[in-house]
Amino acid sequence: MPNSKQQLADALRSALGEKINAISVEFKEVTIEVEAERLLEVATELRDDPQFQFQQLVDLCGVDYSQFGTTEWQTDDASRAGFSRGVARAASSGRLQFGDELESLAVRGRRFAAVYHLISYAHNRRLRMRVYAPDDDFPVVSTVTDIWVSANWYEREAFDLYGILFSGHPDLRRILTDYGFVGHPFRKDFPMVGNVEMRYDPERARVVYEPVSIEPRVLVPKVRREDHRYLADTPEEGQDDA
Amino acid sequence: MPEIKNYTLNFGPQHPAAHGVLRLVLEMDGEVIERADPHVGLLHRATEKLAETKPYNQTIGYMDRLDYVSMMCNEHGYVLAIEKLLGVEIPERARYIRVMFDEITRILNHLMWIGTHALDVGAMTMFLYAFREREDLMDMYEAVSGARMHATYYRPGGVARDLPDAMPQYLESRWRSKKEADRLNENRQGSLLDFAEDFVRRFPGYIDEYETLLTDNRIWKQRTVGIGVVSEERAYQLGFTGPMLRGSGVEWDLRKKQPYEVYDRMDFDIPVGTNGDCYDRYLVRIEEMRQSNHIIRQCIDWLRTNPGLVLTDNHKVAPPRREELKADMEGLIHHFKLFTEGYTLPQGEVYTAIEHPKGEFGIYLVSDGANKPYRVKIRAPGFAHLSSMNEMAQGHMLADVVAIIGTQDIVFGEIDR
Repeated sequence: MPNSKQQLADALRSALGEKINAISVEFKEVTIEVEAERLLEVATELRDDPQFQFQQLVDLCGVDYSQFGTTEWQTDDASRAGFSRGVARAASSGRLQFGDELESLAVRGRRFAAVYHLISYAHNRRLRMRVYAPDDDFPVVSTVTDIWVSANWYEREAFDLYGILFSGHPDLRRILTDYGFVGHPFRKDFPMVGNVEMRYDPERARVVYEPVSIEPRVLVPKVRREDHRYLADTPEEGQDDA
Repeated sequence: MPEIKNYTLNFGPQHPAAHGVLRLVLEMDGEVIERADPHVGLLHRATEKLAETKPYNQTIGYMDRLDYVSMMCNEHGYVLAIEKLLGVEIPERARYIRVMFDEITRILNHLMWIGTHALDVGAMTMFLYAFREREDLMDMYEAVSGARMHATYYRPGGVARDLPDAMPQYLESRWRSKKEADRLNENRQGSLLDFAEDFVRRFPGYIDEYETLLTDNRIWKQRTVGIGVVSEERAYQLGFTGPMLRGSGVEWDLRKKQPYEVYDRMDFDIPVGTNGDCYDRYLVRIEEMRQSNHIIRQCIDWLRTNPGLVLTDNHKVAPPRREELKADMEGLIHHFKLFTEGYTLPQGEVYTAIEHPKGEFGIYLVSDGANKPYRVKIRAPGFAHLSSMNEMAQGHMLADVVAIIGTQDIVFGEIDR
């Protein structure tokens, strides 16, 4: 199959038409973006249409795009804004304090997304599908557990870590965090060091939760550079190796 | 007739057969499982969040600690994702070394699995046998990286260093006589490759020993045949990959179907089960060990005759050698930049998957063009497998739950992340 990534993209475009918002082939991977209300329709078609046959949901995860493209140390010239100043300034989940709020950079309605990785064993092909939750403050996406059973735990995980609600899910409980945990820890505005710490209190003879005592800090600030421009051998598009 | 009520049984998290910290809430009707509800997350360390706050290379060490019985395979998935985004070419020799260590890791994992699985089901000796061989494999890890388990050996652009010419030796001590030390050092006189070759020569005999103990063992068969049967159709639905999928009769192996590194040049077969029960998965994994052994042998032959670089000489990604650093201004700058700030990746997202001993291990990496990942999602095979616990255990006896946990090859480092 020469150039099957592009073929898959073309087939998706002709079969699904305006049901998908965007389609791209980057780094030899095909990604489609689907509107939340059309998710079930598209997912069923992807599974059942004989030319796609995506029988398995390999992975499902949440992504919080609110800090996409921010940096912790912005400079073009190292002498004016030294590295130490980069380490000291505050503006990221690595050093959030209590009560601090981060400004969201994402366009309204595009903060939270659920990303689905599908595989077709019949055609030996992969596909990534992204669905943005339309409301940032109350992110809801429909569940795909009826289409792929393996979504059950993955959706519980995305709910636990990002607070994305999956409507129609049979058992949307927290999965990875502690019983009685407050908040959604993988959101970018959740501090890296957490909010509470736990210890055994010998006087009260039970485990107690207290505000964290450690200082949030960043050792290596996040910077964005175009360094990869030095790498001569950029990946060629369209080569088929899976 | 007295009325019998269902009752709820709490299994774990501190139970020797729970393979770590699995808490299983079982609803029982007498001895029969009505519903199984696994509670996971007791080992959650937020590896993915930690990765978001560190330069790319500092996360390689965290990967070892995911599935802590197949360390280098986890690293492999992660560095492949970085390499795919960077588009960096890695030297041929590094590819062979990675394949060799992936297969060593597969044997390490399967030995751990067979040892604990058999122990849970009641075959004590297997555990001792499996750990005897694991010792040799961990010595190979130690020789190449200095660490017996958490190696941090793979790097974007290759591997950290070339295979050593000498193996670490046992020393005479208060607890080990000169004679005993000499006996242990006997096959450690040559290079790592000599040691590996010696192991590869011995290992098929060991597998025969395991099979003598288990394959036709009546108790073993009674405990595994017909237990936890999963059809091909359900295996797709439940997200099964790796030996779990192959045990249900699907001929699928990423090393063959979507080859990475030099697997397309290797000669090996994919074992496939027919019934999809615990016994078939056992046979699949045993055969996989034989195939891995065969792949290691091919890698040794190639590595003996083909010296060369093991880490890319592109110093935007990999640090320069020590001599260069001391003699060359540019080398010093590269070193400083890499170790203070790291390298940056182009904006974009990739998903890379490798055939991990447990199934498909995937890394979904989103980069916004910075020196730290924007989002790393680790697709752990065990997570999907454990989520099928309810379906696999329903209608079985309590004792079979232990066999099912064993056959799923659960490790909590990767499930809880």
